[in-house]
Amino acid sequence: MQMNNSFKLLIIFLGGLLLLFIIAPLGGMFISTTAPDLFITIKDVEVTKSIRLTLFASLAATLFMAIGAIPLAYLLARKNFFFKKLVLGIVDLPIVIPHSAAGIALLGFLSRDSILGKAASSVGLNFVGNPLGIVAAMAFVSVPFLINAARDGFLSVPVRLEKTAMSLGASQARVFFTISIPLAGRNIVSGMVMMFARGLSEFGAIVIIAYHPMVTPVLIFERFGSYGLHYAQPVAVTFILITLLFFILLRYISGGKKNA
Amino acid sequence: MLELRGISKQLEAFSLENISFSVEKGDYFVILGESGAGKSVILELIAGMEKVDSGFIYLNSKNITHQAIQKRGISMVFQDFSIFPHFTVAENIGYALKAGLFSKAEIKQRVLKLAEEMEISNILLRKPKTLSGGELQRVALARALAAEPQLLLLDEPLAAIDVRLQDQLRALLRKLNRKGITIIHVTHDFEEAISLANQIAVIHDGKLICRGTPDVIFQAPNHPFLARFAGIRNFFKATLVYETDTNIATVRLGSGIKINLASDVASGDGYFILPSDEIIITNDQPHSSASNTLKGEIYDIIPSFKGIDIMVNCGEMFHITITKPSKEKLGLEIGKTIWISWKAMNGRFI
Repeated sequence: MQMNNSFKLLIIFLGGLLLLFIIAPLGGMFISTTAPDLFITIKDVEVTKSIRLTLFASLAATLFMAIGAIPLAYLLARKNFFFKKLVLGIVDLPIVIPHSAAGIALLGFLSRDSILGKAASSVGLNFVGNPLGIVAAMAFVSVPFLINAARDGFLSVPVRLEKTAMSLGASQARVFFTISIPLAGRNIVSGMVMMFARGLSEFGAIVIIAYHPMVTPVLIFERFGSYGLHYAQPVAVTFILITLLFFILLRYISGGKKNA
Repeated sequence: MLELRGISKQLEAFSLENISFSVEKGDYFVILGESGAGKSVILELIAGMEKVDSGFIYLNSKNITHQAIQKRGISMVFQDFSIFPHFTVAENIGYALKAGLFSKAEIKQRVLKLAEEMEISNILLRKPKTLSGGELQRVALARALAAEPQLLLLDEPLAAIDVRLQDQLRALLRKLNRKGITIIHVTHDFEEAISLANQIAVIHDGKLICRGTPDVIFQAPNHPFLARFAGIRNFFKATLVYETDTNIATVRLGSGIKINLASDVASGDGYFILPSDEIIITNDQPHSSASNTLKGEIYDIIPSFKGIDIMVNCGEMFHITITKPSKEKLGLEIGKTIWISWKAMNGRFI
């Protein structure tokens, strides 16, 4: 498509402005954080502990939810049923509701007074003020990313391939594991990366269900509230760098399956 | 071996109505029809990939109408081959030999044997996206045969193949059939059907309009659609009245045109067939032995493989095939008024 020059310039200008809006705050924060500040932060046990907790909790939430999310995505991609639109709406619900509200809802559901909370505490499990609560909050707010990406992946697998496999004698389970999942694999892994990333950044729901032990977003908020911007910035920069590193690594791993 | 009894299936674009036929063991059975006629759906119903609305399917006298796909022992090769893109050729062929039933060595041996038969031993380690249409087709056939099916279903197997490779694949399909594999093959290509089938069923508008051996079907077509397939374009619904005194029959076409016909067929309704190269065109009214003479206007002039097709509107549309020099000599052009004639013995009533 040919664009005339002034229109092209206008598009570049508007696009550039938007990119600047994303880059400027982050760049400003990186510039105003000195290397000694960063070095001290990396050696701060409270920071490293919280980053470890955040990474672990988000990874656990992603892997645990994948067990149910992938079959649900397959069902939503392959079957038509009466309440399908309603189910699709429910899947997207965690994205649209305020995360603090999600935290309140989860707290009511998982607190020691609730049925589930009572059942869990009877076997020695507690969600409130516990890493389990963090995992639950992360899982709640980020699972739609995995379900939707996996569903798109399954939709892109021709039904005919699955039927061909069945005509060759394969059971539905074998078809699911040998045809559907490998062919939707890129989307599934991409969805897991997105879910993991979204889990890392969660604050609103976690701060309500488990202020302690502190995940990094909560720690950044704590440092800002108690000591001010200058103390919060190095933690934020360290966390962003580490999550970026993870993100690039995971993208690289999932990209490696391109030729599959 | 296979019997379909009164199969009906309603789909969004069309429906299959009351389809019944049977296929004997060792048959090469071709289902012929235009695109969208419902041919492929018949295969999917036989394979169990679609469910019938009504009717029954029997395989070796056993009712398999509602049997799971996996249990039917029927393999299908799709037009797009449906090769698993994430597996190598060898893994594709070996898919049916699921682990547990065969040892790894047995699987390897079977895959190698099938690959040899299909002449694809040199591509076993390649991924499907690097293969040509002909190679993909052979992989699909090898994979389907690995399951040792009782029945092999082929959906337009030559449609996506380079023309120069079609002959080789036809020979391969004939070879498989000679080895005793019963094949049901769906196509829209009349020549493909003739060259492979020992039995043909013709599907039109979701209905089975006839079935039989290729000779019977194309030598005496009983439907305009079938006549078109057989290259006969002058095919009219008609009523014949036989005069016993004169031994001459009169055929009345739908438009009222009356035609003399040398025929001993009894009076009744049927179809009048006139080969397009038996009609003579003249600029003036002919005075010859031809007992059928009609005046008409040239509706269209179409270059064809055999020469030139002239479409003449005489109240009914007639197709006449002539050579290019004849067209030049007569100065034929669209809109020109001309005469057409043919002898009473040239037509046929069925």
